[in-house]
Amino acid sequence: MTLVDERSAHTEVVPRASVRAVTKVFSQGSQAVTALDGIDLDVTPGEFVTVLGASGCGKSTLLQLLAGLDKPTSGTVETSSQPALMFQESALFPWLTAAGNVELALKLAGVPRKERPERVQELLELVRLGAAGDRRVHELSGGQRQRIALARSLGQGADLLLMDEPFAALDAITRDVLHEELSDLWQRTGMSVVFVTHNVREAVRLGQRVVLLSSRPGRVLRTWDIELSQPRTIEDPGVGALSAEITAALRQEISRHAAA
Amino acid sequence: MPQPDLVKESPELASVSDGLDALEQAPPRRRRIDWTAIVAPILVLAAFVGIWHFVWWTAWKPESTLPSPATVGQSLWTSITDGTALEAVWTSLSRAILGFAIAVVAGTVLGVLVGQFSLLRKGFRPILSALQSLPSVAWVPFAIMWFSLSPGTIYFVILMGAVPSIANGLIGGLDQTPPLLRKAGVVLGAGRLQLIRKVLLPAALPTYLTGLKQGWAFSWRSLMAAEVIVNSPDLGTGLGQLLENGREMLDMPSVIASIFLILVVGVVVELCVFAPIERKVLRDRGLSASGL
Ligand SMILES: Nc1ncnc2c1ncn2[C@@H]1O[C@H](COP(=O)(O)OP(=O)(O)OP(=O)(O)O)[C@@H](O)[C@H]1O
Ligand SMILES: [Mg+2]
Repeated sequence: MTLVDERSAHTEVVPRASVRAVTKVFSQGSQAVTALDGIDLDVTPGEFVTVLGASGCGKSTLLQLLAGLDKPTSGTVETSSQPALMFQESALFPWLTAAGNVELALKLAGVPRKERPERVQELLELVRLGAAGDRRVHELSGGQRQRIALARSLGQGADLLLMDEPFAALDAITRDVLHEELSDLWQRTGMSVVFVTHNVREAVRLGQRVVLLSSRPGRVLRTWDIELSQPRTIEDPGVGALSAEITAALRQEISRHAAA
Repeated sequence: MPQPDLVKESPELASVSDGLDALEQAPPRRRRIDWTAIVAPILVLAAFVGIWHFVWWTAWKPESTLPSPATVGQSLWTSITDGTALEAVWTSLSRAILGFAIAVVAGTVLGVLVGQFSLLRKGFRPILSALQSLPSVAWVPFAIMWFSLSPGTIYFVILMGAVPSIANGLIGGLDQTPPLLRKAGVVLGAGRLQLIRKVLLPAALPTYLTGLKQGWAFSWRSLMAAEVIVNSPDLGTGLGQLLENGREMLDMPSVIASIFLILVVGVVVELCVFAPIERKVLRDRGLSASGL
């Protein structure tokens, strides 16, 4: 969808990411799967967009395209710089310590060796794991791993963070805490976030804008601008009401496939 | 990165988060020595020597074919005190180390090159596996015809024994690298070479190490086969030559003592070099080491 910001009236806002008429077809032998069909999406600086959709609707595919890990079949994907990407599993390198993982991100981003230790410590403290730097990946819990992965992503210095169901495998309390930490960090850093999830409440809790995708093929079905103020919690009545509305739309979309 | 300003976060969030961390804390690593793993093999060895002594005592075979453990021990002791054992061990070991080092370089370069392209991987893996199962003695006549009785023959046989295992281990490791880690590396901005050095090679390390260990075992075996066959005074006396000289002089105690030395060198290198490296690599990744 196109975003017409009031600000663009006088100063042109350069989007952090812009997806234009993107179609992605996976062809495996005779069966071609159209994962995405005619997707348009702009992400402005500092914006938090959540992408919702049923399983298999192409959410991960969209992020892979944005991250440059794959090419669209047609259409264009532009980003202002290489975005950072967080996966459902932490994807930390098990041969490095927590600090080593963060340091590698800094190294690959071209941060000089001398400055790295201090920056690593800053980033670890930002995700509240300042004392866990020399821990090995297997010695961290799921929630801690995702926080280190977040620190690593931040270390990349990207202005756009892509998150693919990063908290889906965590228990509810840990997820709540990470929601708070993420909201907090987002507001403090001014980076843009595209957050993919199939959890409606999570999408409403975090995002400024919720984009609902349809399944097979993935198209933008509808978007909601979220006016609720931050900080908010997942229990807020406003979050609940909007979630109910979006859930209804999502269920309707899913039932459409049963009828077909 | 846009610098975060130091906004204070809610103390409640901090304490919940810290509480979760405390609960999630992994138990501290314990390290203790498993004495049974050391004592049990010694007991088995002692029992074996006991049975050997008993069979010798029954005089089932003539002394020249089955000497007593004491006679073999005597022979071993003599060869150690007069320096022949040490010289032979050193000659063989230095050959094995040099040959293995060349094999590591060759196997690693081959593995990295082949590992980059899935078509090459598909083409090379079965051939390397086939070469791995070819007994390296088979290369000895071939090598003699190429290099005659020179060190070249010995090193050629070592290389043919070790390179396939090393290359195959590395290629296998590269093949098994989780695509997720490769993607993570690409997203972090790693170029092609950085991706190989910082992500693919470290990810392949455990399998590569297994290949190296096997490569060393094959080096050592191939070397012994080559030394037994390629026996010429100008080549110096390695353990294989010591073994063959013992046979020529019908000196059974010396033959058994040589076999013992060959075994000991193999076991010592495995236990003192490869086992600790493997244990450290696996422990760092939270994988358990198998065996010792
Ligand atoms: N590499 C691939 N080859 C063939 N088909 C693929 C490939 N990747 C994804 N697909 C197909 O494209 C569709 C979208 O997949 P995608 O992983 O983007 O969905 P998703 O919305 O992330 O699902 P989930 O919620 O389960 O993570 C699915 O039907 C999937 O089977
Ligand atoms: Mg997905």
